[in-house]
Amino acid sequence: MSASDEVWILGIQMTKFGKHPDLDTVDLAAQAATGALSDAGVTMADIGVLAAGNLMNASAGIGQQLQKQIGQTGIPVYNVANACATGATALRTAIMAVKAGEVDYGLAVGVEKLSGAGLLGGGGSRKEDADTWTPAGRYGAVAPIDGRIGTETMPGVFAQIGMEYGHKYGGTSFELFAKISEKNHAHSTLNPLASYQKRFTLEQIMNDVMIAYPNTRPMCSANCDGAAAAVVCNGETLKTLSLEQRRRAVKVSASVLTTDPYEAGCQVLPNVNTLTRKAAAIAYEQSGVGPSDLDLVELHDCFATAELVHYDNLMLCEEGGAAEFFNSGATWRDGSTPVNVSGGLESKGHPIAATGIANIWEVCHHLRGEAGDRQIANAKVGLAHVIGLGSACGVHVLERSAA
Amino acid sequence: MAGQIPLVDYLVLDGAQPHLVAQECTNCGARFFDRRNACANCFAAEFTTVPIATEGTVRAFTIVAFAAPGIPTPFVAAVVDCDGTQVRANLINVEPDAEHVRDGMKVRLATQSIGVDSEGTEAIGFGFEPIG
Repeated sequence: MSASDEVWILGIQMTKFGKHPDLDTVDLAAQAATGALSDAGVTMADIGVLAAGNLMNASAGIGQQLQKQIGQTGIPVYNVANACATGATALRTAIMAVKAGEVDYGLAVGVEKLSGAGLLGGGGSRKEDADTWTPAGRYGAVAPIDGRIGTETMPGVFAQIGMEYGHKYGGTSFELFAKISEKNHAHSTLNPLASYQKRFTLEQIMNDVMIAYPNTRPMCSANCDGAAAAVVCNGETLKTLSLEQRRRAVKVSASVLTTDPYEAGCQVLPNVNTLTRKAAAIAYEQSGVGPSDLDLVELHDCFATAELVHYDNLMLCEEGGAAEFFNSGATWRDGSTPVNVSGGLESKGHPIAATGIANIWEVCHHLRGEAGDRQIANAKVGLAHVIGLGSACGVHVLERSAA
Repeated sequence: MAGQIPLVDYLVLDGAQPHLVAQECTNCGARFFDRRNACANCFAAEFTTVPIATEGTVRAFTIVAFAAPGIPTPFVAAVVDCDGTQVRANLINVEPDAEHVRDGMKVRLATQSIGVDSEGTEAIGFGFEPIG
């Protein structure tokens, strides 16, 4: 084997997202993995590397647990954890092994059980204040700072990220952010695998329970259970496969992972812009695809306030022009750059480690012409984006097979 | 031992002039509120303590309605631009609603009691309050 320039997604699967009280984490991972293998037309005997992620139990070794249920073949397992970019990181790990020429086929899996998890990011198990004030940690804090010095809750952090965009460029409002959520919930009605497939009116969204202004409950990603998995292979291997496999294979034209470069404000509010813009720029360069070539985009709308800033970061619009871009209707499924036709994280759901593969499944589904009622007609090129705080950003550009 | 202790070590309770301080990289000028092993921007390892302006403008905010147990809600979390240094803080002494909190509003540092421990020491926190 030698280093390969081409990497293809041969098979990919996502489970239904939602509540799965009767399935454990390994069941869900197995369902996605065996589905992806069968979709690819290969078995565990063909797979040379397994990369797996399950963020909430990152030390449990989900990869090996999964092997016990679907095939212990002795191949290397990379258990990965990279916040909400865990799934994309697993996929990227498998892609790197294929690209390096170490293996012909790689399998990537992301899974999460998150139903009923509630609010993420804040001091969920906050300890009582101490009996005597004793400075501790890198801030020398005598008491927990979440809630006393700003917020660490995800809805609040991402609310500020959207508000900061408005501070810089103007044009944002509570209503604008709610309209983004209205779009994604409307899109979800066509996705049978989404956690929620309910259309909301703008009024319903704005009058729902406020979580962290301006994000109301339907403007926040839905905690749910789910898994997604993908089989990747190199170009030489693909050539040996059947016409049907070659026709359904999706080309990985760019696979990029970045972290947040230093910027003065990032120590007080995570900057999700720098690393997304950087990942997008590299992805466009690698693939030779430009933003205007994209037939659909799945981006990380963990909150409605986040979707807006990523229009700009992914260069789908001019710098500073995200509000105008959205108001033009461009990102609705009948617009010029459909965004989150799956329903996005707000309605499809966000089982953390699964998300970075599930969004690629969505794009592949359209590129293969298999998306049914929500098919974007004649889709040839798509982009999938995820971001995890800390931070990590994954961007993949995918292209339809010419076979 | 009665007396006061700041909530965090970058809050200086200097009598009538409480203020925040940062660790400034002597090579590139990057400022950090927490202890750093080296500068995240230029990798130099020498820092000097500098005061942060006590007035600023609100650059981003949210009104948190749901928080971890024990945290009073609603409260306003914000990023305040203090003469070019961005500071994370709550906005205090203001109604926590979208009519009273505005992007770009002028604010100043204010302190408040966090509580008294079993030895009588009072912990002092900080926030920013509207000017005028």
